[in-house]
Amino acid sequence: MSGGHVVIVGAGQGGLQAAMSLRQEGHEGQITLIGGEPGLPYQRPPLSKAYLKTGEADKLALRPASFFESKAITLRPGIWVDAIDRAAQQVRIGSETLDYDALILATGTRNLRPPIPGLERALDLRTLEDARTLRAALDQPRRIAVIGGGFIGLEFAAVAAGLGHNVSVAEVAPRLMARAVSPEMSERFRSLHEGLGTELHLGNGVSEVTESGLLLADGTEVTADLVLLAAGVRPNVELAQEAGLEVDNGIVVGTTLRTADPQIFALGDCAAFPEATSGRRVRLESVQAATDHARCIAKAIVKGETTPYAAVPWFWSDQHELKLQIAGLADPSDESVGLEGGAVLRFRGGCLTAVETINDARTHMQARRLLGGGAVPTRDSLLEKNYDLTAA
Amino acid sequence: MVKVTYVAHDGTRTELHGDPGDSVMSLAIAQGIDGIVGECGGSMMCATCHCYVEEDWAEATGPRMDGEEDMLESAACEVTERSRLSCQIKLTEAHDGLVVHLPEEQV
Ligand SMILES: Cc1cc2nc3c(=O)[nH]c(=O)nc-3n(C[C@H](O)[C@H](O)[C@H](O)COP(=O)(O)OP(=O)(O)OC[C@H]3O[C@@H](n4cnc5c(N)ncnc54)[C@H](O)[C@@H]3O)c2cc1C
Ligand code: FES
Repeated sequence: MSGGHVVIVGAGQGGLQAAMSLRQEGHEGQITLIGGEPGLPYQRPPLSKAYLKTGEADKLALRPASFFESKAITLRPGIWVDAIDRAAQQVRIGSETLDYDALILATGTRNLRPPIPGLERALDLRTLEDARTLRAALDQPRRIAVIGGGFIGLEFAAVAAGLGHNVSVAEVAPRLMARAVSPEMSERFRSLHEGLGTELHLGNGVSEVTESGLLLADGTEVTADLVLLAAGVRPNVELAQEAGLEVDNGIVVGTTLRTADPQIFALGDCAAFPEATSGRRVRLESVQAATDHARCIAKAIVKGETTPYAAVPWFWSDQHELKLQIAGLADPSDESVGLEGGAVLRFRGGCLTAVETINDARTHMQARRLLGGGAVPTRDSLLEKNYDLTAA
Repeated sequence: MVKVTYVAHDGTRTELHGDPGDSVMSLAIAQGIDGIVGECGGSMMCATCHCYVEEDWAEATGPRMDGEEDMLESAACEVTERSRLSCQIKLTEAHDGLVVHLPEEQV
């Protein structure tokens, strides 16, 4: 289809990329990009990194206003889509309806708000608006408590500690970033944060957010006058669900990122898609997944391509002087083999699933190539080469 | 103000004026230059901001940054000795007049 109206719900990293890729692939019809947040689509990664230090919000825009004009992309910011009528092929925005020939759901995630008493006192870090509030609160010396020792909580903790604030992190799992990295990496980052003077409470959930800070499961009180909630997210699946589409920790899509309705696709943070190597249903929260999904969907819509989505996942996290890079996708229980240079290889069922590195772009890129190169490298074949990824 | 000229693959030249501290990538994105994608926002993760620095400017822009070489290997188009990741070239007054050429594709 090179004509027709493509409606994209969600104007974040993936939604914008979908609009751009549709034009690149030669889509000639109308493109409408609808986003609940105000303003131009922007990047989120700097919100927990550079932006907190510089406050330069105008540097976050993914593309300038003129871009949307020149590409004939109708951007409708500050507008929430209320419902999808699949039979009529329409989306509903208040009393307005909009016809679509193809619909892309790029609705992302929202902060998970667990039922902890007093949690309304805690700030979020998901949107530019959140980051503005948080940054404004850092204008005086603070005692900060972060709920959640994942990427976002730790990136924030590193910046805040670097700015001289007094920081504590409470994490219910026994180690940092436990869902995403090996125990070896968790340990490296534990030393990093402790070295920055941050107090870590591991294996200790938060039972209450009080006026004076946090009350932890074991009774410890953490004094704080600023609390950040960074305990994970929920995919925004309600639109799809109410339209009768399957959801399972995300909007369920097949190998070309199409839902069971051939006119409707989902991408990025909100999409649960089959992992190419294992066929397992996964959901990723990364710039890579959002943009690679978008390109795959654009090809499917414009050119009718049916090649299964198979991009190698990659991710990064900047914490103080350490740049963590991950190629591939590991389960928390995957085995890990730490190499001398500091890289950690992850294996499941004897096959390489991911490679974690710190400040080591070389190994990271070798890993990306290796994981994208067809046959999945096995532990035995890598061991034979003494775990030299270049030789594999 | 630092003047940078972007030469697209088809030869189209666009002159932009940036501030010291901007990167050659971020200036291009902010002004809607098509030939630079900059997917990772300058985190040296994507190689979609590949450019070729015009010979006369090689010295002023300096050597590649740590790790840049490795990332460049995944660039979509041919990498030459003039290849740089434009997100790693931070503008200073010394770059006034800089000319960079853009590859045919970034992805
Ligand atoms: C603080 C922070 C730091 C991060 N750091 C990194 C990093 O270092 N590396 C990395 O790879 N990734 C990072 N990420 C993750 C990355 O930003 C996301 O994976 C990416 O933005 C996902 O893109 P998306 O398009 O799926 O969703 P989003 O970019 O979240 O966009 C979804 C948009 O849809 C809108 N929306 C939802 N429902 C509706 C509706 N009904 N109508 C209209 N609009 C709607 C939302 O308002 C939102 O603007 C970070 C995220 C955050 C929050
Ligand atoms: S913008 Fe991603 S490497 Fe330069």
